[in-house]
Amino acid sequence: MRVLLDPTSEQNPATRQVNARPASLDGLTVGLLDISKARGDVFLDRLDELLRADGVTTRRYRKPTFTKPAPVDLRHEISTQCEVVIEALAD
Amino acid sequence: MKLPDGLVAIVKRDCPTCVVVAPVLEQLAALTTLTVATQDDPTWPPDVNRYDDTSLELSWRLKVHTVPTVVRVIDGVEVGRVEGWLRPQWEQLTGVDGLGPALPEHRPGCGSKSVEWGIEEELDRRYGGRVLSARTVELADLEDDVEAAYDRGWTDGLPVVPPTEARVLRMLAGRDPTEIVAVVPPDLVACTVEKVAINAVMAGCLPEYLPVVLAAVEAACTDEFNAHGLLATTYFSSPVVVVNGPVARAIGMNSGTNALGQGNRANATIGRAVQLIIRNVGGGRPGEVDRATLGNPGKYTFCFAEAEDESPFEPLHVSRGAAPGSSAVTLFAGAGVSPVVDQISRAPESLARTFALALRAVAHPKLAYAFDAMLVISPEHGRVLAAAGWDRSRLLAELDPLLELGPDDLRRGNGGIDEGMPPGLDAAPLPKFRPGGLLLVHAGGTAGMFSAVIGGWVSGDTGSSPVTKEI
Repeated sequence: MRVLLDPTSEQNPATRQVNARPASLDGLTVGLLDISKARGDVFLDRLDELLRADGVTTRRYRKPTFTKPAPVDLRHEISTQCEVVIEALAD
Repeated sequence: MKLPDGLVAIVKRDCPTCVVVAPVLEQLAALTTLTVATQDDPTWPPDVNRYDDTSLELSWRLKVHTVPTVVRVIDGVEVGRVEGWLRPQWEQLTGVDGLGPALPEHRPGCGSKSVEWGIEEELDRRYGGRVLSARTVELADLEDDVEAAYDRGWTDGLPVVPPTEARVLRMLAGRDPTEIVAVVPPDLVACTVEKVAINAVMAGCLPEYLPVVLAAVEAACTDEFNAHGLLATTYFSSPVVVVNGPVARAIGMNSGTNALGQGNRANATIGRAVQLIIRNVGGGRPGEVDRATLGNPGKYTFCFAEAEDESPFEPLHVSRGAAPGSSAVTLFAGAGVSPVVDQISRAPESLARTFALALRAVAHPKLAYAFDAMLVISPEHGRVLAAAGWDRSRLLAELDPLLELGPDDLRRGNGGIDEGMPPGLDAAPLPKFRPGGLLLVHAGGTAGMFSAVIGGWVSGDTGSSPVTKEI
C-alpha cells in the first residue's frame, strides 16, 4: 500500500455564524471601516453623509494598511462599539 | 528484537574484507558462540551459525555503519565492538589469539547496506517507530500517486514528487520535525519543519536544500516581508529569493548563464517549495485569498544565486548586514523581469542613465516612492562599473539624482495621462524609490550587455520590505 503525507495544515476552516441582517438601523451604531485603499475615504464620506442624514449614529475606523489583517485591538474596538460595520474593500 | 548472546558478526558477501575474514569467522565458530548475520547472501559464509539479515533489521538496530562489524553481547546488551579487520582488536574482543594468521594486520571494511542512500530512511521508517506526525493519506491500488496529489489540491499546476514517509525522512536528515519554523499566512498556521520538508519533497528539493528553504520560509513570514499581503494583493508580485554565500555553490545553484531562467534544480525547487508551503500550509490559493489580477510566472518559482565572484559590489547579503562569508537568503517582493538593453555604454555615467530610465518605468513612470525595485546587473554591465571603480554605494549615489521625478513628471493629467501622484504630492520633486528601496544584485552569463529590472510591490510598512536572513 502506498502512503503519502499530508502537506497541508490539516486544519478545518472555522465556521462562524453571520449575524442576521437588522431590519432597521434605528438606534444602532454603524462602523465605517476604511482599509486605507485609495479612494475608500471618498466612498465612506458619502455613506457617512447619507447615514447621518437618516439619523443613524456612525463611527469611523481605519486600518493602518490594506496589505495586512486588521490589528486585534481595532477589531475589538469595532465589535464592542458597533452593531453593524461597513467596510470599503477595494480601490 | 533480542540480540543473541556471544559474538555477533555483521557481514556482506559483496565486501572483499568480509570475504577475507570468512575463514576467521569459521575459526571462531569452532571455539566460541558466534552468530554471523549476512546482509546480502543468507547462504554465506558456509560453516558458521548464520542469521539471515537481508531485511537489515539487525544491522539497523545495531547501528552498523561498516562491514564486517563484530559485536560482543552479554544478556542481550552490547558490551564491545570492532569495525573492519584489525587483528589485535579482534583478538581482544573475542578472547581468541592467533586469528587469521595468513591475513594482513589491518584491512578496512566496506559500507553497511543498512546505511546506503535511501535505505537508512526506509529502515528508520520500518523499525524506528513513527517520528512524523503528519496525517497519512493511503492511496487506493489503482490510484496514480501524481494524480492523487492533483486531486487533493496540493500542486501549483505542475506535477509534484509524491511525499512518501521515506522521502520526507530523507529530506529531514535527522532534523527535529516538530520544531516550529514560522507562522504561515494567510491562515496563520504554525508550520513545523516536518511540513516544510513534505512540501520541499513535493517541490523536488534535495535534502541539502532544506536549510535554504527553511531560511526562506522564515524570512517570508516576517511582519516586514508581509507574505500575507503579498499573497492577497491584486498586484503581480511574489517572493523572489536571492541566495548568497558558500551554500549557493555547495548546493550547485546557478548565478550565471540563464540565472533567472529554467534548468537548475536548486534554483527551481527552492523557490517552488516556498510557494507550495504558502499554498498548502498557509492555505493561500489563487482565486481564494490570492487575488492577483494577472500574477507573474515567478509565482511558480523565482530563486537564484548572486554571482559574487567578479562582482563590482560586495555581496547583497553583506550589504544588508549579514556577516561576510556567511550564507543568507534575501527575499524581495518581485513582480517579474523587465530587460534593460545597453550595448553601447562603456562609461558608468552613461550606463547609470540607462538604468535610471528603465527603473523609472517600475509600476508606472508617473508614480514615485511607493514601489521598490531590484536591479540585476549582468557581468558585462558590471565590468563597466568595476573598471571605473564604482561600487554599490557609488552607483546608488549616482542614480539618486537621475531617479528624481519632477512635478511635471508626476502630475495627474500631464502627458495626456490621468494616472500620476495625487494632489499634494505633485508639487515638489520626489524620489522614484524610498531610501533603501532599490536593491542591486550581480548575476547572469558572461556574454550580453543586458541587465534586468525586477519591479517590486507596495514598499515599506504599508506593504513589504526586503528581508535578509542568514542560513
